[in-house]
Amino acid sequence: MAARDKHGPDAPWGDGFKVIGKPNRKVDALAKATGEAIYTDDISLPNMLHSKTLRSPHAHAKILSIDTSKAEALEGVYAVLVGSELPIKYGVIPWTPDENVLATDKVRFIGDEVAAVAAIDEDTAIEACELIEVEYELLETIVTAEQALVTPEPPIHDDRKKRNNISKHVELEFGDVDAQVDDADLVVENDYYFHSTTHTAIEPHCAVATFGNDGRLTLWSSTQITHYVHRALSRVLEMDPAKIRVIQPNVGGGFGGKSDPFALEFITAMLSKKSGRPVKMLWTREEVFYAHRGRHSMQMHYRTTAKSDGTITSVDAKLLIDGGAYSSFGLVTTYYSGQLLTGPYAFPNYRFDSTRVFTNRPPCGPKRGHGSVQPRFAFEVQLDEVATKLDIDPIEIRRKNFLGENTTTINGQRITSNGFLECLDAVEEASDWKSKHRKMRYGTGIGVAGSMYISGTNYPVYPNKMPQAGVQLKVDRSGLVTVFTGGNDIGQGSNSMVAYCVAEEMGINPDSIKVVAADTDLCPVDLGAYSSRVTFMVGNAAIDAARKMRNKIVEAVAEHWKVEKESVRIIDGTVYNLDNDEETLSQREAFHVTEEKFDTLGSTGSYNTPTLGGDYRGGTIGSSPAYSFTSHVAEVDIDTETGEIEVKKIWVAHDCGRALNPILVKGQIEGSTYMGAAEVSLENYEMNRFSLHAGPSLLDYRIPTTLDTAEIEALIVESIDPEGPYGAKEAGEGPLHSAIPAVANAIYDAVGIRLRELPFTPAKVLAALKEKDEVTADA
Amino acid sequence: MLRMPKFKVLNPATVAEAVDAIQQVEGSRFIAGGTDINPNLKHRLLEPECLVALNGVEEIFGISQTEFGLRIGAMESLTNVETNTLIQQLAPGLASASRQVSGPQLRNMGTIGGNVMLDTRCKWYNQTYFWRKSLGFCLKKDGDVCHVIKGGSKCVAAASNDTAAALSTLQAELEFANAQGSTRIAIDKLWQADGIWNKKVGPHDLLVAIHLPAALLNQKGSYKKLRDRNSIDFPLLGIAARLKISDNIVDDCALCVVALQARPWPLDKASALLIGTTVGSDAFNEALKACCAIAAKQCRPMPNIPGDHAYRHAMVPVFIRRAILSCLD
Ligand SMILES: Cc1cc2nc3c(=O)[nH]c(=O)nc-3n(C[C@H](O)[C@H](O)[C@H](O)COP(=O)(O)OP(=O)(O)OC[C@H]3O[C@@H](n4cnc5c(N)ncnc54)[C@H](O)[C@@H]3O)c2cc1C
Ligand code: SF4
Repeated sequence: MAARDKHGPDAPWGDGFKVIGKPNRKVDALAKATGEAIYTDDISLPNMLHSKTLRSPHAHAKILSIDTSKAEALEGVYAVLVGSELPIKYGVIPWTPDENVLATDKVRFIGDEVAAVAAIDEDTAIEACELIEVEYELLETIVTAEQALVTPEPPIHDDRKKRNNISKHVELEFGDVDAQVDDADLVVENDYYFHSTTHTAIEPHCAVATFGNDGRLTLWSSTQITHYVHRALSRVLEMDPAKIRVIQPNVGGGFGGKSDPFALEFITAMLSKKSGRPVKMLWTREEVFYAHRGRHSMQMHYRTTAKSDGTITSVDAKLLIDGGAYSSFGLVTTYYSGQLLTGPYAFPNYRFDSTRVFTNRPPCGPKRGHGSVQPRFAFEVQLDEVATKLDIDPIEIRRKNFLGENTTTINGQRITSNGFLECLDAVEEASDWKSKHRKMRYGTGIGVAGSMYISGTNYPVYPNKMPQAGVQLKVDRSGLVTVFTGGNDIGQGSNSMVAYCVAEEMGINPDSIKVVAADTDLCPVDLGAYSSRVTFMVGNAAIDAARKMRNKIVEAVAEHWKVEKESVRIIDGTVYNLDNDEETLSQREAFHVTEEKFDTLGSTGSYNTPTLGGDYRGGTIGSSPAYSFTSHVAEVDIDTETGEIEVKKIWVAHDCGRALNPILVKGQIEGSTYMGAAEVSLENYEMNRFSLHAGPSLLDYRIPTTLDTAEIEALIVESIDPEGPYGAKEAGEGPLHSAIPAVANAIYDAVGIRLRELPFTPAKVLAALKEKDEVTADA
Repeated sequence: MLRMPKFKVLNPATVAEAVDAIQQVEGSRFIAGGTDINPNLKHRLLEPECLVALNGVEEIFGISQTEFGLRIGAMESLTNVETNTLIQQLAPGLASASRQVSGPQLRNMGTIGGNVMLDTRCKWYNQTYFWRKSLGFCLKKDGDVCHVIKGGSKCVAAASNDTAAALSTLQAELEFANAQGSTRIAIDKLWQADGIWNKKVGPHDLLVAIHLPAALLNQKGSYKKLRDRNSIDFPLLGIAARLKISDNIVDDCALCVVALQARPWPLDKASALLIGTTVGSDAFNEALKACCAIAAKQCRPMPNIPGDHAYRHAMVPVFIRRAILSCLD
């Protein structure tokens, strides 16, 4: 199948890239800059109703009864929905469907959804929700992960086979870890903690649904995975998927927070069915906080053994993961927490034991760098400690343990291109590392860390042998090329990327391409914007489709001019005869010539991953067709009196394979780095003693302002991947990971304290400084 | 988005009309820039049937020198206060505090009058209706318990208005108007230790202007604010200092702290220690130490606003010292 063809990373026309690698404008830049772009909440349909959700004020309770009669009687109310009307459970991972659209039997966190109302306006819907009477029987609340581990009763999900609060347990060992301890020159062992944080995309979730008289449903939703929403709707509403159309309008950021099917998508659909009118639901910021699916907090224990020259001989990890109330992507999170650590360094022996538990708090899920940001933090801090103890430069120890390219990790992941060493070189030079590390004045310091991440995985969430990404081209007599892709552009620029690839391949200008994306009626399936898979997979599918079309055009024009195909060259939308300077065709003319020969023009392209992964249960989870690599160096200034950490500057080098558009790649590197650095001491998804989110607002949840962000120097490393679209790999998530441990390691360089528990609040810094002073005084 | 409740808006053009308008409907409130009251309305912390908008009342605008000293109309925006050259010169501590209120957009809308009259804040109170209901509300609104002090019968929500601290060090006099006429109250006399309503005037008293006495103008002043982010955030601790220095001797000193408890708190005992010392002398340094130590004893932050209150406490002496030293820069 063409999908598995290697397109090769080279320029298609043999004389250099015309579009790829250039700082082209995003296809939607003007619409977004002028406010013309349509987001879900901009959609308003005739007779549209507005809907609201009644949420649980209890963290864990049985529902004894729900009485909606008063709400139904309120003037302006058109439909009321309760959980028993949609009893089928769903979940993004097909093995763990444990969510109901609205609670059927019990509620599992404060903010869990109980009932919904569609009314003439939002105020009426809110008033009606207040009139719904729910009788609860309170259950013991499972507050912490430790409690969940040892408290099987009451199980938060009591319909599972196992009566306990363990969501997923994975234990895998590669090599013999314990055997290394005795032979090691150095053993470093410590506990680490990563707190929960959330995405805070600027656009809150929104959905608009309309049920036509023909029994067809159309749903517009701010999702990053139209395909899974489509499948989930069909399952829960028990509808023929051919009668459901899911459309993703412009999305104001996702970062993983829009990758599950969410209740509002089903609620608006059902309320529309019941009321016979279109229905909208727009969440408040508070509701977005309750939907969460953000970063899991993890308690981590790591033990690294090493030789005196710095060679790592084994890594042992035990992780306790707080999943919150539902599974979400938790099965994958649990695997990722171990599977993605086995590069960029060679681990000769490795073991991880990860347990995800259920607690009565909003569910965690995938946030940028899903499952692997937390272990990366712990390990990179530990590696820094190994370097310090062995008196090896932290950059050197990372070079020393370099995994290499075209190799396989201990857990069976195939590594192709690997530019990690170049990343280290780049940040070392740019940051002037050699004259700074261990040489700066007390209070200031510099630290390094490295990481790797997937460019999609070959685990397609639901098992199937069909392509992971498909693209369809329509070539019009007007000269326009329309590209249909299931890919979800959530602001990262995937529609632009598709246009660049098609333009490059066909020799035309991106301006003459229109991208129609993420509409299940119109576009071939793509699995969605998650796991950093879109550029790699949709990019390859786009090239595949465009290459087939190009071949047709070249063939038709060659025949028309009666020349060899090699003599036909398309440059910037003009077709040239290399044998005859005089002879050219415009793009439009060439399309006519081609249509005359081949009839109506179209082509399809697709991508599927090659067979990858270790030959063991879970061996395909986290196995990617290509891995990106990153290194960060951070420079900090610590106020030793207040404990405040100021990150002055971050240098980040990222190996993205080939930068299809360097501006967009830099944007992703910077955005990831900012987001990671903010998790060091600002952002904290905190619960209070009532098991209620401590401050679900943009005032209390501290995302950084421009004044709180370090200067960032983004450096692009291009390793040119043999299988990526023109050699590209991912850039959207990898460059977050090592930002966090780089800051932690810089703090050590600055003031000699090893902080292992995030977030690094000023109070923790002061406490650690005090402890260090006491130890020094004792000595 | 959170929904705004429904209310009527009146638009008086004069002080007389304003004080008349506010009495027309029981429970009415003034609205100046709206940057405090609007979120509070959305959170259902207030449920007035009517708002009296002050942006058309010309009399309560303007910044000018008067016989008394300096007059700042209550409706002047924080941006105007922060950038006004008279205030920068004559009351640098106030300019500094104004500059540190929230973020630039909010300072364009928010007024100095609204800042003085700001509602107290608490992490259990400045939340949505649903949120507060989930934990059974609290004393300050709709409930009968306090979540900060177990069994407490008094609300200890924190005065969080940055400029109040600076205005206290300047011994500002506040000119109010109501249906009975006009009164002037020294700012330190305005407050009461009740988080539910921390002022001795009522919500129907219109703050017309702030008057700064000439004798305390043109001295050194500063404001130091502890916060998680360098913009937007309310103070976790705010300390204003004013120093009068002649011939290198501290002639006068005033300190005031906010974001601790229900009222801004002048630290007279602490500031008195510095008076009479020569800047930079051992005596000054000793006095500074003692001043910080006393302040740390006096100021006991409670877990009423976000952040670790033990840490906020640890920062009291640090911020006192920094506030004083930055007057000497
Ligand atoms: C995100 C955010 C961050 C903020 N950060 C800070 C901060 O760091 N520091 C800080 O101090 N404030 C902060 N604020 C609060 C607010 O912006 C300021 O306090 C501002 O000065 C309030 O002024 P205003 O004109 O908007 O007041 P309004 O909201 O209009 O009014 C506030 C209160 O004062 C009353 N009032 C207003 N004017 C008068 C008058 N002339 N006479 C009598 N009563 C009157 C109103 O009835 C109301 O009760 C923040 C607000 C937000 C939304
Ligand atoms: S101090 Fe107590 S009563 Fe006052 S707002 Fe906070 S919780 Fe409510």
